[in-house]
Amino acid sequence: MLRDVTLGQYFPGDTIVHRLDPRTKLTLTLIYIVALFLAVDYFSYAVMIVVLAACIIISKIKLRVILRGVKPLLIVIIITGLLNLFYTKGEPILSFWIIKITVEGIKRAVFMILRIVMLIMGSFLLTYTTSPVALTDGLESLLSPLKKLRFPVHELAMMMSIALRFIPTLIEETDKIMSAQKARGANFETGNLFQRAKALLPLLIPLFISAFRRADELAVAMESRCYNGGEGRTKMKSLHMAPRDWIALFLGALLLAGMIVMNVYKI
Amino acid sequence: MAPIIKTENLRHLYSEGTPFEHVAIDDINFSAEKGEIIGIIGHTGSGKSTFIQHLNGLLKPSSGRVLFNGEDIFSSKTFTHEVRFKVGLVFQYPEYQLFEETVYKDIAFGPKNMKLSEEQIDISVRGAAEFVGVDEELLNKSPFDLSGGQKRRVAIAGVMAMQPDVLILDEPTAGLDPSGRDSIITNILRYHDATGCTIILVTHSMEEIARSVDRLVVFNKGHIMMDGAPSEVFEHDEELRSVGLSVPEVSLVAKRLRQLGLPIDRSVYTVEQAKKALLAVRGGAAGAP
Repeated sequence: MLRDVTLGQYFPGDTIVHRLDPRTKLTLTLIYIVALFLAVDYFSYAVMIVVLAACIIISKIKLRVILRGVKPLLIVIIITGLLNLFYTKGEPILSFWIIKITVEGIKRAVFMILRIVMLIMGSFLLTYTTSPVALTDGLESLLSPLKKLRFPVHELAMMMSIALRFIPTLIEETDKIMSAQKARGANFETGNLFQRAKALLPLLIPLFISAFRRADELAVAMESRCYNGGEGRTKMKSLHMAPRDWIALFLGALLLAGMIVMNVYKI
Repeated sequence: MAPIIKTENLRHLYSEGTPFEHVAIDDINFSAEKGEIIGIIGHTGSGKSTFIQHLNGLLKPSSGRVLFNGEDIFSSKTFTHEVRFKVGLVFQYPEYQLFEETVYKDIAFGPKNMKLSEEQIDISVRGAAEFVGVDEELLNKSPFDLSGGQKRRVAIAGVMAMQPDVLILDEPTAGLDPSGRDSIITNILRYHDATGCTIILVTHSMEEIARSVDRLVVFNKGHIMMDGAPSEVFEHDEELRSVGLSVPEVSLVAKRLRQLGLPIDRSVYTVEQAKKALLAVRGGAAGAP
């Protein structure tokens, strides 16, 4: 059951979306998110949907897989939708008891849900098509100007890649410890909240201990290979911007400009 | 007598219904009698670990049944839970599951889950600790202050303390030094002699189990490839080698000697047996004119 977690899972592929430089993809995702928040009417939303759909189709990632990422946030999405539905002032078309539903409310609820779902889908598309290593490399490179302000960019990127690397390991470990404690009669599934929290101790304590042990071992392994931070460190795969990256960025800039114009002039 | 544990056409698929689906074990028909010591051997990925997790209901078969004393262990939730205590399973590297403040409390975790009384828990904890050679004074220490070998013993005691009818151990000696290995196997055999329970030992070292088990089951690619007394299984040394397993060296030596015409029995596969057989041959030869 724990294996179903897809957080940050990478699906290897060889499409143009996969091949884009991670810096390009990060920038484009940022542009996409900003554009999404600039969208205010039917036409601009339609444009965003077309853009997202095009990216998904080109990346050859199945829609079902991308929608899976939305599932854990379903409750948040529904609550947001309902709040917008009930608390938007305007012309009521339906009212009973204390509930009033307005045309504006429906419109805002739909837009809000659409915005959140598209936001999640867009960011998942990034993590599905970019390996964690490439992602952190890209982030490090994009943030490198901050080094001038003595911000530990390399360290941050290294911590991120280590964390991402160890997610599957820790999931596997959790599975193993859970089975072992179940074999001794531990019960993780029934009981009230207090009992369940207590039942987690036999799982969490060994998990923490093993995480610390792994961290310690990793630190020793890194030091014995003379790792001492990012100063003067070279990369086996250094990032290169290809013509396709510049074209993609140009298209992104075009989208952003278009959305700003539409937002300002309410076309 | 009916077998204490039995599987019928057991089959398990991993990641069922996804593109990553694959068969872990298929068509496993296995049975164990009360008091038997069975060795399960197989290459990494042969499905042996998946198989043993079915025996106490941790994994649910995709198809087929697991019977404990003739009853399907998935017939009801309460029975599945009960079987967890009757079929004790010690995982690989069990020392990583220790969590309590003291060794005593950790060993008592299983018996406590069985809802035994305080006295009963005390008896089973002390009994189990003695079987694995954990001294009385260690019981009040933190399990995290112990050495690797001692932790392993404590973890095994944690399962023994539930007094299971079937004790399954997955690679109980992995990563230990030779003397630690020997003493753990000795402890397990002593436990078997004292309680008469069924023991299932999973390993990929032939040498280790050759001298302790009554029966050997060989797993290969999710199927049972061979099932029989060690001497029968070791006959097929070529086949075993073709799937990446070895046979005890003594049995190879005995086989070669047999080919050279010496009267050495096929059941010889441990150093002790070989010594006896060779002395008998020499004694016989010396007696001849």
